[in-house]
Amino acid sequence: MAITLTPTAASRVEKFLANRGKGIGLRLGVKTTGCSGMAYTLEFVDEMQPEDIAFENHGIKIIVDPKSLVYIDGTELDFTKEGLNEGFKFNNPNVKDECGCGESFTV
Amino acid sequence: MALLQISEPGMSAAPHQHKLAVGIDLGTTNSLVATVRSAMSTVLQDNHGHALLPSVVRYAPDGSIVVGHEAQAQQSADPINTIVSVKRFMGRGINDIADRAHIPYKFVSNSEAQTAKTLQIETRAGLKSPVEISAEVLKVLKTRAEKSLGGELVGAVITVPAYFDDAQRQATKDAARLAGLNVLRLLNEPTAAAVAYGLDNASEGNFVIYDLGGGTFDVSILHLSKGVFEVLSTNGDSALGGDDFDHRIYCWVLDKVRESNKQLTPLTEGDTRLLLTKARQAKEWLTDNFEAQIVCRLSNGILVDVTLTADQFVEITQHLVTKTLAPTRKAMRDANLDVEDIQGVVMVGGATRMPHIRHAVEDYFRQEPLTNLDPDKVVALGAAIQANVLAGNKSDDDLLLLDVTPLSLGLETMGGLVEKVIHRNSTLPIARAQEFTTYKDGQTAMSIHVVQGERELVSDCRSLAQFVLRGIPPMAAGAARIRVTFTVDADGLLSVSAREQSTGVEAHIEVKPSYGLTEDEITNMLKASFSSAEADKKARMLAEARVNAGAIISSVTAALAADGDLISEAEQNAIKAEVDRLQTIAAADDATAINQAVDALNHATEAFAAARMNASVSHALSGKAINSLEM
Repeated sequence: MAITLTPTAASRVEKFLANRGKGIGLRLGVKTTGCSGMAYTLEFVDEMQPEDIAFENHGIKIIVDPKSLVYIDGTELDFTKEGLNEGFKFNNPNVKDECGCGESFTV
Repeated sequence: MALLQISEPGMSAAPHQHKLAVGIDLGTTNSLVATVRSAMSTVLQDNHGHALLPSVVRYAPDGSIVVGHEAQAQQSADPINTIVSVKRFMGRGINDIADRAHIPYKFVSNSEAQTAKTLQIETRAGLKSPVEISAEVLKVLKTRAEKSLGGELVGAVITVPAYFDDAQRQATKDAARLAGLNVLRLLNEPTAAAVAYGLDNASEGNFVIYDLGGGTFDVSILHLSKGVFEVLSTNGDSALGGDDFDHRIYCWVLDKVRESNKQLTPLTEGDTRLLLTKARQAKEWLTDNFEAQIVCRLSNGILVDVTLTADQFVEITQHLVTKTLAPTRKAMRDANLDVEDIQGVVMVGGATRMPHIRHAVEDYFRQEPLTNLDPDKVVALGAAIQANVLAGNKSDDDLLLLDVTPLSLGLETMGGLVEKVIHRNSTLPIARAQEFTTYKDGQTAMSIHVVQGERELVSDCRSLAQFVLRGIPPMAAGAARIRVTFTVDADGLLSVSAREQSTGVEAHIEVKPSYGLTEDEITNMLKASFSSAEADKKARMLAEARVNAGAIISSVTAALAADGDLISEAEQNAIKAEVDRLQTIAAADDATAINQAVDALNHATEAFAAARMNASVSHALSGKAINSLEM
C-alpha cells in the first residue's frame, strides 16, 4: 500500500511549496484527538525524521511517520472546492466512522 | 467533509480549532479581505469572482442594507442614503469635515461639544455613525471570509492609514467589534505593504511606501529594526488620486471634440459618466499599449472618436505625477533621510500601474520600485500574513533560535489514555488549552494527571504531576466544561491550570517537565513509540471500547435503580444479565467483543428506555389543563 495524490492535489502542493520557497515535501499524519478519535494533519516538511517513511507520487514527496501510517495507509489525497471554500481532502479506506464534520475519524 | 490546508511543520491545528484569521484592508474606495492558506497569502473573492468590495453602503427603501457594487450602482440615484468614502469621517467631529458643502449627506452632531468625535449621518434608516456604516462593510467581508474558509474567524488584522490618530483607530476597532470581528491588531497600511513584500525579513533598513489610490495619495517612510517597523514620517494629498488622471483625459477629449468644431451642447449627467468611464478604460489600456481609441456617442448624437497616445497621456498628466513628488520630498525631509538611505520602494494602489508614475518614482529614488504584487491587493495580503502569525499558525520567526519541547505533554483521560495537549517539537514559549468534561453524573471533582511521552497509554508515559480540581457544580455527565491550559514558558517551565467554565473554580500546578530525563531516555521513549505503533493502536481501541462500556453500564444501572419498577421483573433481570455479561467481556482484551456486547445491551434496554420516556412525559403533563401547556 502507499499514499497517493490526485493530479489536482499534486499541482496545488507543487504551487504551495514553490510559493513557500522551501520545504522538501508534504507530511500526512494523524493526531489522537478530536470528537471521533483521530484527526488528520497536513504539514509542509522541512526536515525528514529518521523514522519517516517517504512515498513519491506525481513528483511530490509524501512523508508519513510510522505511527500515522497504520491509520492512513492507502489514502488518496485530493484537492476540491466546495462553494467558496477549497482545500485538501483525505480519501482514507481505513475509516469506519467520521464525526459530522469529517475532521476526525475512527478506524 | 472539512477541507484541510497545509500547515507549517508542527503547527497542525486540532479539529475545530483551526485558527482562521484574515487581514482586512478597509479602504476609502474599496475594501478587501485576504488570508494565508497553505502558507500562501491570497485575497478572497465573492461569489462573482470580485476581490474588491466597494466601500459603499446604501440604506434601501425596503429597510435592507446594501453593500458593495450594488450600492455603488445606486449612488447617483440615491445620493443621500448611499454612503461612500465613510472612512473620511471615522473618528471625526462635524467640525473636522472641511468640505461639508460638497458632500450630499446630512450631518448631525449629537453632542454640543465642539471637539466631539461623534458625528452622525441622517439616512432613511435613521441616524448612522461612521462606525456603524463601516461595520456593514466589515460584516460583508467577514461573511465572505467565513464562507471561503469554512469556519468561524478567530480574529482579523485591520489596516489603517499611518496618520490615523487615536480616535480614528478606536473608531475602526469599534466598527470591527460591531461587525463581530475580534481585532488581533490594527496595522498601518504602509507596514502591511512592506510585510507583503517580505521586507520584514531584512535585518534593518529604510523603506518608502508610495500609495496612490483612487482618490488619495499617501507616502510613508518606514524604518525597520529587529523585525519592528517604525513610521518615520508620512505625507500626502487627500485630494489626489487615479480619478484625477481620468478627469484629465475627460477634459482632453472634450477639447478635441471642440477642436473638430462639433457643437457641444451642455452634457447630461449620463454623458459625463460615459466619458469618465471611457477615460478610465483608456488610462488602463495605456498601461500596456502605445495608444488608446476613445469612441462613444453622446446623448445629442455627436460621435466622439479620438485616439490618445501614451506620450500625449504622459504630457497631459505629468503635472499630476509631479504633484506626488512634493509630498514625497517633504516626507523624506521629515524623516531626515537622503535618497541613498532608502533600501526599497513599495508601490501601492491601482494608480501606480501607470508606467510614467513608476518612472517618476524610479528616477527620484534612483532604484526600481517593487511592483510584482498586485498594487490593489498588497495591503490586504500583508495584513493577512500578520494575522496568520498573530493567530499562532506560524512559528514566530524561523531565524529566531527557539527552544522546543522534546516530548509531547498531555493528560490522562478515562481508560488510562493520554490526550496530548502540547505536541513534541513545539516551539517555546507555548500555551495550548483544551476542554474536557465529567464522566459521571454529579461528579464534583476531577483529577488531572499530567504526563509526558509519545505513547497512547498513561502506563507507558512518564507521570509529571497530579492535582485535583474540586468544586465542580453537580451536573449530568458531559455537561461540565473544564478548560485545561498547558503553558510552557521560554525557560521550559510547565504550568497546568484547570478551570470549570461556568463557576470559574480553578486549580493550578507548576512542573518542570524535562527534569530528570536524560537525552538517552528521551530518545528511547521516542523509539518505543514508533516500534509499538500497531500495539498502541490496539490498546487505544480497547481502552476506548472499555470507556464506552463503562459509561453505558453506569447509566443503565442508575436508570434501573431509579425507574426499574416501570418494567417487569423478568425484563429487569434480562437487562441485568446483559450488564453482567458486558462487565465480564469488558474485563477481557477483545475490543470487537466489547463493542458487540455494548450493542446487545443497547438493544436489550430499548423497551425500558421507551417506558422511561413515556413515564416522564406523562409526569410532566399530568394534572395540567391542556391550555396551560406551552407548545
